Amino acid sequence: MEITAIITALCLVLGSLLGITGGIGVYRLPDFFTRLHACGITDSACAFLILSGLMFQTGTSLETVKLLFILIFLLITSPTSTHALAKAALNSGETPLMEQQQTQQKREER
Amino acid sequence: MLEAIYGASCLAILAVMGLALLRAVLGPSAFDRLMAVNMFGTKTVLLISVFGFLTGRPDFLDIALIYALVNFLGTIAVLRFFEGRKTPACYDEPAEEQKE
Repeated sequence: MEITAIITALCLVLGSLLGITGGIGVYRLPDFFTRLHACGITDSACAFLILSGLMFQTGTSLETVKLLFILIFLLITSPTSTHALAKAALNSGETPLMEQQQTQQKREER
Repeated sequence: MLEAIYGASCLAILAVMGLALLRAVLGPSAFDRLMAVNMFGTKTVLLISVFGFLTGRPDFLDIALIYALVNFLGTIAVLRFFEGRKTPACYDEPAEEQKE
């Protein structure tokens, strides 16, 4: 078992575990913006670990360059789309959970 | 041994895609669904590249790259549609929208 196979196995397992953690977070978290955070985890960390794990296997060849392009593109676009999602949600009147609880407390105090 | 790891991570990514679909079905607001679809697309990119390595076919990486491009554009295109609306789901107030 060469060292690269061990590193690939470790990266892939860690990436899959992060992905599952993010997936469970997307399912269980109470509010849209907290779920968006969990979705952000899976997009960036899980993709980074899995793709870099695969990169160890191909050494210096065309596949590594392709994997590098996929990784760079994902690392640029997924935060951008997550940010655009949050901005559009805020603009269209989606109130975070904290705000909802504060407005409820104000109503109760009156 | 490495094929087993590839297979296991393929299954894990499939599980994450299932959870994303579950959130897409349950999601109360339209933005939850859009986030779930975006997440599903990113996971498809990973699934294609890991499956390409599992079956020893390096040309899957081109498909994964193209899918990453298309997925991002799709999300941003749908977000452009939601930009101006007050409540995304309803369609009965377009008249007021033009007045603003």
